[in-house]
Amino acid sequence: MATFEPVLTRNWNVPDARSLKVYESRGGYQAARKALTTMDPDAVVNLVKDSELRGRGGAGFPCGLKWTFLPKDRKETLMCVNGDESEPATFNNRYLLERDPHMFLEGILISCFATRASTSYVYLRFEYIEATRIIEEAIAEARAAGHLGKNIYGTGFNLDVWVHRGAGAYICGEETGLIESLEGKRGWPRIKPPFPAIEGAFRKPTVVNNIETLCCVPHIVERGAAWFKSIGTPKSYGPKLYTVSGHVEKQVCVELPLGVTCRELIDDHAGGVWKGRKAKAAVPGGISMGLLSADELDTPLDFESLRKPGCLGLGTAAVTVIDDHTPIIDYLVNTSRFFAHESCGQCTPCREGTGWMSKTIHRIKNGGGRIEDLDVMLHLAENLGIIPGTTICGLADGAAWPIKNALAKFRPELEEYIRTHQTPGAGPTPLQLDVAAGRRVDLFQVGNAIAAPPPAAALHSPGRPDA
Amino acid sequence: MSAEAPARPPQRIALLTEPLREQIRALFPRYPSKRAVTLPALHLVHEHLRCVPLQAMSEIAELLEIAPAEVHDTMSFYGFFPQAPIGDVRVWVCRSLSCMLRGGDELLGHACRKLGIHPGETTPDGKLTVEFAECLGICDHAPAALADDGRVYGPLDEAGVEAMLDELKRGRKDGPTRA
Repeated sequence: MATFEPVLTRNWNVPDARSLKVYESRGGYQAARKALTTMDPDAVVNLVKDSELRGRGGAGFPCGLKWTFLPKDRKETLMCVNGDESEPATFNNRYLLERDPHMFLEGILISCFATRASTSYVYLRFEYIEATRIIEEAIAEARAAGHLGKNIYGTGFNLDVWVHRGAGAYICGEETGLIESLEGKRGWPRIKPPFPAIEGAFRKPTVVNNIETLCCVPHIVERGAAWFKSIGTPKSYGPKLYTVSGHVEKQVCVELPLGVTCRELIDDHAGGVWKGRKAKAAVPGGISMGLLSADELDTPLDFESLRKPGCLGLGTAAVTVIDDHTPIIDYLVNTSRFFAHESCGQCTPCREGTGWMSKTIHRIKNGGGRIEDLDVMLHLAENLGIIPGTTICGLADGAAWPIKNALAKFRPELEEYIRTHQTPGAGPTPLQLDVAAGRRVDLFQVGNAIAAPPPAAALHSPGRPDA
Repeated sequence: MSAEAPARPPQRIALLTEPLREQIRALFPRYPSKRAVTLPALHLVHEHLRCVPLQAMSEIAELLEIAPAEVHDTMSFYGFFPQAPIGDVRVWVCRSLSCMLRGGDELLGHACRKLGIHPGETTPDGKLTVEFAECLGICDHAPAALADDGRVYGPLDEAGVEAMLDELKRGRKDGPTRA
């Protein structure tokens, strides 16, 4: 890959790259100027469509195609930028915001011009305190220099960009959850259709794009769709920011062509697994996407290849490495705890399912597991989410996938753990076992067994046994 | 003991000062509806009071011309807004996957033991609030912690946690929030 030229990260090591002056001196806002002054909005849409740029936020939906879903006769369009990057182990958008805010703003400018949006809301998670400050500064700078505001470059195109801070909810990264949150409500995802392109924020046609997706747009305008398609693998084109964290020597964010293998990423870019250990497993793209076992690490990380080893997809391309000293149950404890905490509570299967999943896995961890629990968990995981059709959004699929993958790939280890980690008192009670097995339970007897009923006698009566 | 209940509740003093109200009103033109200002308004109030008590909620509701219950509905959904004041500095210790693998859970426990509090509580001197967090997006620093003035700590170990707590006890980077 000697020929690969990084574009998204090209300003990262330049001193003071955040400032408008340095960004402009390195060719910044030239793509925006080109698009606004020489191109028709539809030509930009077609260009992005031709480049087959797929959304970098998780689902991988083609960006240009999304833009064409906007109604032709719309009066107003809104652009929402999804900066609620909360998928565990993902931090590439933060790097983009903190190190090159103007490239992001240029991406917004071109995308808003293409979709004819005159207002853009940048929804940022509140945890990005520094990034929020940087982007606010960059917006003020760009506005003062005429890259944002009224009549940009004398073309009559107006654009306002506002930063909207979230308040710590994972679900607001789902596009309709984000829209609800932007409207000042709880971030409950909406039932689709209508899709946001038809009826989104404030009931207006809305485009929701990820930060990294928008950052690709200026480069496509500058270098053309053919250049973009020359990078990556078939159906997954372009450069991508990969993040590696967990049990590696160097936790990094690197820009590589799509389709790099997981092993290459760990060994060549993250300094290998830490402490000279071996990898037991790796999470390919944020914990919702499942788990790769050690012998699947040669899977290319692109939108298509990850289906083969049973993962949900590329997700956010955030690789987390798990070394061979870590029991897989710890991974399950963590993922189930996360989803039980972050389920928004709107759909019952997800709200209750993630909670029970977490309880069951914690019980196994604490030494009260039964072999049958694994099948119960699998049954639950298979009935949870948008794919079996029991919930509104994909959060529950993300909750189910780590369990499905871990059970498919590490079942012997989990069974072994259950057998060798039995702690008296941590397991289910006889009553719970009866209920689970569907046996008839005599509630009166059970009640007696739990606590003796108070004797039918007056208080302080001579015959009353002392409690 | 002849204290009689007052016939009328005493007149309440507004929690939201006029400059703060002005700041909230200044956000109205950004959005097509006033309700959309709920989250920004909550953030502004939280910055000033270090919490959003019930009365502040109804004052926000009055400004945005919605019901107080709607503000509460939104506010209670998010994990960010406490109803009672928190410490001068609020610090989140991450417990999501990358941090957990490198010992985040243990470090949270260590920080709490050092301060003699549970996660989510404030030290008796009112200086620090320690909370757990799901992924903070600073996994390149894992195991990591984030202070609410934007300072990022990590990769942490036990000594690093203690040094962090000492530094945070000295106050905020962006100036005191309490008068």
